[in-house]
Amino acid sequence: MSTDAHGNSKFLQHHYDTPAQQFGAAKLGMWLFLAQELLFFSGLFVAYGVYRSWYPDAWVVGSHLLDYRMGTANTCVLLLSSFTAVMAVRSAQTGNQKATGNFLLATIFLAGCFMVVKYFEYHHKFEVGYLPGQHFAPHGEGLVEIVAAARETGVNGVPFHLRTFFGLYFVMTGIHGLHVLVGMFVMGWMWNRNRKGEFSKRYSTPVEMTALYWHLVDIIWIFLFPLLYLID
Amino acid sequence: MTVEAEAAIHADPHHIPADADYLTYERGWKSWLTTVDHKRIGVMYLISILLAFFAGGVFALILRTELLTPGRTIMEADTYNEMFTLHGAIMVFLFIIPSIPAAIGNFVLPIMLGAKDVAFPKLNLASLYIYWVGAIFTLVAITQGHIDTGWTFYTPYSTRADNSAIWMTIGVFILGFSSILTGLNFIATVHTMRGPGMHWRRLPLFIWGTYATAVIQVLATPVLAITLALLAMEKIVGVGVFDPALGGDPVLFQHFFWFYSHPAVYIMILPGMAIVNEVIATFSRRKIFGYMFIAMSSVALALLGFLVWGHHMFVSGQSEYATMVFSALTFLVAIPSGVKIFNWLATLYQGSISLESPMLYSLAFIALFTIGGLTGLFLGTLSTDIHLHDTYFVVAHFHYVMVGGTVFGFLSGLHYWWPKITGRLYDERWARVAFSLVFIGFNVTFLSQFVLGSRGMPRRYYSYLDQFQPLHMTSSGGAYVLGVGFLVMAVMFAKSLKSGEKAGRNPWGSAGYEWQTSPRPHPHNFAEQPVFTRGPYDYHLASERELFTGTDAEWDTHVAKKAEA
Ligand code: HEM
Ligand SMILES: [Cu+2]
Repeated sequence: MSTDAHGNSKFLQHHYDTPAQQFGAAKLGMWLFLAQELLFFSGLFVAYGVYRSWYPDAWVVGSHLLDYRMGTANTCVLLLSSFTAVMAVRSAQTGNQKATGNFLLATIFLAGCFMVVKYFEYHHKFEVGYLPGQHFAPHGEGLVEIVAAARETGVNGVPFHLRTFFGLYFVMTGIHGLHVLVGMFVMGWMWNRNRKGEFSKRYSTPVEMTALYWHLVDIIWIFLFPLLYLID
Repeated sequence: MTVEAEAAIHADPHHIPADADYLTYERGWKSWLTTVDHKRIGVMYLISILLAFFAGGVFALILRTELLTPGRTIMEADTYNEMFTLHGAIMVFLFIIPSIPAAIGNFVLPIMLGAKDVAFPKLNLASLYIYWVGAIFTLVAITQGHIDTGWTFYTPYSTRADNSAIWMTIGVFILGFSSILTGLNFIATVHTMRGPGMHWRRLPLFIWGTYATAVIQVLATPVLAITLALLAMEKIVGVGVFDPALGGDPVLFQHFFWFYSHPAVYIMILPGMAIVNEVIATFSRRKIFGYMFIAMSSVALALLGFLVWGHHMFVSGQSEYATMVFSALTFLVAIPSGVKIFNWLATLYQGSISLESPMLYSLAFIALFTIGGLTGLFLGTLSTDIHLHDTYFVVAHFHYVMVGGTVFGFLSGLHYWWPKITGRLYDERWARVAFSLVFIGFNVTFLSQFVLGSRGMPRRYYSYLDQFQPLHMTSSGGAYVLGVGFLVMAVMFAKSLKSGEKAGRNPWGSAGYEWQTSPRPHPHNFAEQPVFTRGPYDYHLASERELFTGTDAEWDTHVAKKAEA
């Protein structure tokens, strides 16, 4: 492919004929990747559904032990970050380099807030012994909370399968958190590319793809939050 | 050429002379490791999977040798368990799954589409690197103690017992991503990279088959990934999702595992069928019968494949109703499989058939896959499966589909496209000798296992009752013949590489598009963008030049002679 009249050659890879073709391929590829991600998480959701239907007591108590205020705060933070991600795309498409950079930074910042809140949540659970599976050993304040939660929800005693609940809680939110970290990293990379002026009205595909990914991370949380925090 | 056009070509860093070929255009190992050319990546995949196949084959021969006698023959029971695990895991994850799509598919798919490359060439190279990393983890598993869970990694044994299953689990997890990336790339390529005139109804059936495969790769593999991730976390941090002692459920693992691994058998067989389509049409010199039926049956198999996983768990404690539904759905799979067989036979009917080695492998595929598929129905029937489950009958069934089907399909494709990949011909007589040995050896090995299994010989056993010995010895004898067959084939191909006659662009006289490029394709596949004006099986529309089997020089003399006459 020789240099074309639009001066796009730098971003048009040699094996594509037109920028439209390249954009179409990138978009399809990204959607396939997202489909793949959804199926990856679907395994966890199925495991969640099965155990929840088998051990409703453990699930009710477990969900009571999660701090729904922190969960709500994080949901708002992520929703807001999806908005800033959209704005980053919008600015990139209109060729507003400065705004693109700032919206990317805002998104990274919000993602960081999410991780900080998650850190405090995890920290508390580690302290009181709400650990997954084999390591589940609530003590002190942790036990008191469980007994209170059980009384409130009308469950007798400490459900054995709380350990399964916390096993799944940590796996699901942990893998989701990993996706948040990856998103932060990719957005930092995009920020840097934007700073170097690689995006323009004609070419903003990478920013758009990154935003698509970020929305997926957001949507998964939108499912995780009610399933884990709000089910009783 | 105008001055500007000429200047543009000189300015274009990607311009490559028309007579360049992909193997020699760039040289040195660095140019291979950093290439984004799908053909070179395909060749590197080919070498890698052949190495895996060799390793898996050695383990197989070790297994069959141990089974020559009841009790200890050459190793202890524990070692035997390790050997069959390594054999199965290497063959499935390192050989069969990447074999046709990643090696052969990578090479021919973009050429058939008239594209310069796949949609995401760098991702393609990344998938190869990921494959290598996964393979390294598998090797580490071998050195880190013993792994004897079988390729299925069933819990709780895999997480509780003292073994190195964790390494292999991580390896397979990584290999899964390589497979996902290949599938993703192929789907995007087929949708967006078709050359001018290549509409969906003109797609070669090989592409329909790999496309259907790619859909499964993208949608089923992530479920395996999460399953293995859970398994790894079970082992490392004791999450307990599959561990009954911690309130988990091992049967859930089986559901997850087979939700991937049944569709995965279609990842294995669909590409084999895809190759058979091309070969049957070429060697019958005939338009393939029922093009749309074959194309759609691939898609149907891909979709149905997602609904039958429970047939691996009839005796695992599934509900009675679930088993009945899974059994009924399993029978449905026979319909699209049958559609293909009938269409192939109808294509052969009144074709002008020539029996060169690729065709021999494809015909064998039809016969062997039919046996493999029909015995699947015995296993899908609830009452008979109770008797046959976990016996050698199952072993024979899946070897008839995986070896008789996929490996024969792969070999058919390897022989068929060998001249395009290497630019050289091979010795057809020796190819036929190898074929005969492989065909006979294979049938002797596995027919006897149907009998063994129906008489009650359980699978994965190191020792057996004396009454089974004659059949076990027969099976082992067949395996040695099979091994010799592969050895002959390897020598035959090595000789072709070293001193084979130079091939023309279309040695089989096929109407398929990929045969219209130079003998060893140009780095961009076609020196000039082709425009497709006929279907890939339209022998009546192909020109004499297109179907000419000799080299370009021979064509020139042919034309000159004709002009004289
Ligand atoms: C054509 C229709 C097919 C039917 C009806 C069918 C049916 C079955 C059934 C019911 C089983 C479970 C048997 C048991 O464990 O008791 C089974 C096992 C198996 N099949 Fe098939 N099958 C078919 C095609 C294939 C294909 C195309 C492949 C691979 C290319 C394949 C590979 C396997 C493997 C690997 C196993 C054994 C898995 C294990 O336990 O290790 N099958 N098949
Ligand atoms: Cu199956």
